[in-house]
Amino acid sequence: MAVTTQRDTRTPLDVERIRADFPVLSRTVHGKPLVYLDNAATSQKPRQVIDAMSSVYEEHNANIHRGVYEFSERTTALFEGAREKVAKFINAPQTREVIFCRNATEGLNLLAYSWGREHIGAGDVIVTTVLEHHSNFVPWQQLAQQVGAKLVVVDIDDEGRLRRDQFTQAMTQRPKLVTITQTSNGLGTVTPAKELIAEAHAAGAITVLDGAQSVPHAKVDVRDLDTDFLAFSGHKMLAPPGSGVLWGRAELLTKMRPFLYGGDMISRVAVDLTTWNDLPWKFEAGTSAYVDAIGLGAAVDYLDTVGIERIHEHECALMAYLLPKLIAIPGVTVYGPKTLEDRVGVVSFDIAGVHPHDVAQIFDSEAICVRAGHHCNQPLMTRLGTAATTRASFYLYNTFAECDALLSAIDRAKQVFKV
Amino acid sequence: MDDFYREFILDHYKNPHNFGELEGATHRYHDTNPLCGDEITMYLKIGDGDRVEDVSFSGKGCAISQASASILTDEVRGKTLDELRSLDRDHVLENLGITLTPARLKCALLSLKALKGSAWGLHEWPGEEAQTS
Repeated sequence: MAVTTQRDTRTPLDVERIRADFPVLSRTVHGKPLVYLDNAATSQKPRQVIDAMSSVYEEHNANIHRGVYEFSERTTALFEGAREKVAKFINAPQTREVIFCRNATEGLNLLAYSWGREHIGAGDVIVTTVLEHHSNFVPWQQLAQQVGAKLVVVDIDDEGRLRRDQFTQAMTQRPKLVTITQTSNGLGTVTPAKELIAEAHAAGAITVLDGAQSVPHAKVDVRDLDTDFLAFSGHKMLAPPGSGVLWGRAELLTKMRPFLYGGDMISRVAVDLTTWNDLPWKFEAGTSAYVDAIGLGAAVDYLDTVGIERIHEHECALMAYLLPKLIAIPGVTVYGPKTLEDRVGVVSFDIAGVHPHDVAQIFDSEAICVRAGHHCNQPLMTRLGTAATTRASFYLYNTFAECDALLSAIDRAKQVFKV
Repeated sequence: MDDFYREFILDHYKNPHNFGELEGATHRYHDTNPLCGDEITMYLKIGDGDRVEDVSFSGKGCAISQASASILTDEVRGKTLDELRSLDRDHVLENLGITLTPARLKCALLSLKALKGSAWGLHEWPGEEAQTS
């Protein structure tokens, strides 16, 4: 194994201090300290987020937007305050463009049902990529099949980078919609989203960006990217599950029909007619997961305090440390870019002769949490010619020592399977 | 871990018995574990008296799923379809002789699920044409 120097392990973050904020990170599993490397699936939560949520329940819980009393008003203010924090975090022009939903999946389905059903018809073209998570693939595939539209899937090259030539070629088909991920959850590949969006707009398309793996880890600025829509999940960015966001341009959202009907989303209901509430509430039928949204507000505060650019830098430093060592292990195949260019803190790999499920089980005995499987990426797995990979994914609280633990666990897996 | 990945499980994984497509199969059933994408196809050749003349399996998966299929196929020759249909999960788990977590139970039982699907003569969903198109 290569000798590690201090230079290799430089990071802009005080990781030990950050780790102290996350109660779960001090736990042990099978008597060993937890090494949590499944952040692309979900992130752990800091004390600040847990406290923000408990204090709602313990101090002033009441339904939002309804009560004319102190508790309801306090809770509503925190809920709407969280929306403002999220809007600032992604540099949204208007706070009312931030729609709270359950997660990125729900946001993307909202779009497919509402915008998609209205605008996509027989013979229309939707362009997406083979890198997509099922949540940004299946809704469009099903929509296309139901209305007789054509789904064009842009391929990747052998290093897992998007085929730019194919994307440009697809634009000549004048797509109505271009929907792409900013970061692949399976490979860690980063797509050149800003350039792709510009090309899509030039071809006359509306653009959707899946930010589930990018918003938690790097600065995502909707004005700079110039996208029309962005969806992401709170639970991958230190917030609870149940807190997701769909952001869209006000002029598009205003013209869209609601996705779910019910309470809170109406302006007036008569026996034979209903008019809709204003943005964003038109898209937030029923009681929102308001405590989760308040948790997301606290998570955004936390990420702002640490600094999203510095978090990105830290994860890149971890990958710069880990990737060459991983590639050098005999029998290990790393999927996706073999260099740090266009890739972030997610790495999928395979150990020859040991199935990913068995790898994950052996890692578990060393208290290392990784994901084994297809990562909700079956078209991508098929493209890579495999059914499953082992995936390690990093966040602000991960350490260089945890990279070493991962490398030793690979040796252990090879020993157990005698490969 | 050495306890979990016992020698005989690794042997079955590395050199599975009854592996490959079965020529002249009268029954076959393909099943997958949607969690991890593992898949197994069970082939049966049923002869006189509804008895298993021959059996094989194909597919890919983890050590547990492949060893479980290898061991299971070793013991079904000569059994009747009804006997296959009444095989239960405890039988498979006894064969493996290890304690499995809920996630790994699905790996261990995939072969039994495919074998039973085959024995019941079930039709695969969504059908071969759809799967290959």
